[in-house]
Amino acid sequence: MPISWFLALRFLREGRAQSALIVLGAAVGVAVMIFLSALIGGLQTSLVAQTLGTQAHIVVRPADDVARPMIAATGATEVSARIERTAQRARSIDRWQQVLDRLSRTPGVTAVSPIVSGPAIASRANATRAVLLIGAEAARFAAIYPIRQRMASGVYDPSRTGCVIGRELAADLGVSVGDKLRLSAAGDASAMYTVEGVFDLGNREVNRRWLLVATRSAQTTLDLNGGVTSIELRVASVFEAESIAAALRSSTGLVADSWMVSNAQLLVALRSQSSSSELIQAFVILAVAMGIASVLVVSVAQKRREIGILRAMGTRRSAIVSVFLLQGAIVGVVGSLLGAAIGAGLGAAFAGLARNADGTPTFPFAISWALIGRSSLIALATGVLAAALPARSAAQLDPAEAIRNG
Amino acid sequence: MAEPVVSLTNASKSYGTTIVTDVLRSVNLRLEAGEFAALIGPSGSGKSTLLNILGLLDRPTSGSVCINGVETTTLDDASLTSLRGTTLGFVFQFHHLLSGLTAAENVMMPMLAAKGRRTRAMEQRARSLLDRVGLSSLWRSLPSQMSGGQQQRVAIARALAMDPPLVLADEPTGNLDTKTADGVFALLREFNVERHVAFLMVTHDPRLAARCDRTIELVDGRIVSDR
Repeated sequence: MPISWFLALRFLREGRAQSALIVLGAAVGVAVMIFLSALIGGLQTSLVAQTLGTQAHIVVRPADDVARPMIAATGATEVSARIERTAQRARSIDRWQQVLDRLSRTPGVTAVSPIVSGPAIASRANATRAVLLIGAEAARFAAIYPIRQRMASGVYDPSRTGCVIGRELAADLGVSVGDKLRLSAAGDASAMYTVEGVFDLGNREVNRRWLLVATRSAQTTLDLNGGVTSIELRVASVFEAESIAAALRSSTGLVADSWMVSNAQLLVALRSQSSSSELIQAFVILAVAMGIASVLVVSVAQKRREIGILRAMGTRRSAIVSVFLLQGAIVGVVGSLLGAAIGAGLGAAFAGLARNADGTPTFPFAISWALIGRSSLIALATGVLAAALPARSAAQLDPAEAIRNG
Repeated sequence: MAEPVVSLTNASKSYGTTIVTDVLRSVNLRLEAGEFAALIGPSGSGKSTLLNILGLLDRPTSGSVCINGVETTTLDDASLTSLRGTTLGFVFQFHHLLSGLTAAENVMMPMLAAKGRRTRAMEQRARSLLDRVGLSSLWRSLPSQMSGGQQQRVAIARALAMDPPLVLADEPTGNLDTKTADGVFALLREFNVERHVAFLMVTHDPRLAARCDRTIELVDGRIVSDR
């Protein structure tokens, strides 16, 4: 065993009570770090998942119509005009097949679904409801939304005359799978559809408004033959959605909205949650570092004479430095192992404490080896850094003076 | 004439810059291999400073120190440390054992410092030295579990761990009762005869000084007698 290891272990063993306390201090710090990160990480993941359950990561659509004045000011002439904003109509994306092709080949994009959507009225007997008619290819749509996992009854695979509606809409109209309803859009277009499935996406508004049909049906009803009104995308990494959307905006000239822009407030909330958690962790690390440093400073003061003796007996300065750095490192490593266990245990207990009706924990807990590894590395670095100052002062002791005065 | 284990040439030591205190004034001293010398003198005469300079724990303000043929004036701290570890042994008045280490581990320390790594051979040598000083059964004891005399014996075994040609002892019996002191002195003498180790021992006890081969007296930083 190298001399610095031997002495570091002996010194820690000799000051057992001190060592135990400081290891415990480091463990509590690591446990807090792991617990807090895992809890906040879990909450954020579940919040984002909930938000994105009824929302595409990116929606690509044509730019809004703008009024184009017939006469423009040319410098010499002045034009007095009042330009009215144009009313927006359902429009198709130009050459959408090419756009779709390009979008599906964009790195980071995992699924694309052309959508034909517009307002419509669903009615049955005396009940009439305004709905958002959404026509899409079932397989592609199901790759964007977890619709197939969320079917309350029936299946999501609308035929030419079939539709799939949300639970609230089904209740409002008093229909269930197999029943028929009438769908009419602006103009006179009107057709009968059979309810083939009822979904529950966990969002009341979506359940009340969405009416899903096949692409062709929507095109006919909305008078958009062969066209699509938007293309919805799913990306691999949800937090890269906005940068991908920005790239798509410039490459296609279309409007590309990411969930991050349409949920800016949620994002701000997530960020401030993360930064407050990081702030708490930083203070915890600081407290642990000061704890380790103070114990080692006291240890150096107590061991002045012994350090002098060691130096007199031929122990190099570098070995003395290592003895104290190692003590810091050992405290950091042992503390982080203990802390990881406490943090994970605390998290599991916390997650088991409260459960939702469906059995999932109310406080989802995202603990990972990466998180444990990161926290342990921080603890190790903290231990070594905290030991640096005491180690330096120990190595600089004048041996003759230290032996004489202790 | 044989190479001296230590030679001090015109060594002076002063402290302070505004108020200069001369602790050693132009001291010349040679110790031959196997010599057994006592260093005496009143308090404040510079004995400890002289011992620190000979022990390479302190540097003289002027003059030179030569240990076992090595001129030390120009050596850096690392070289001094390693020379000190391999050629010098120390025995202190208050034994100064490391409190968290067993007797055997304390004896091993100079070997550990020199080699950087603990080996089984070191442990064996430590135990045989403890055996030699009559403490074979106490090798696993901590200093706090031993008497003053036993602790000093461990310190002597530690000083001899590297088979140094010179051991510097600072009042090794100063803290012991007469009977124990005699035992410790006898042990030093035995090592001196057996292993041809030179000893320089600071003492206030004229009785012990009289039993040494040579007595060097220091007064006000000068050697006033050497016989």
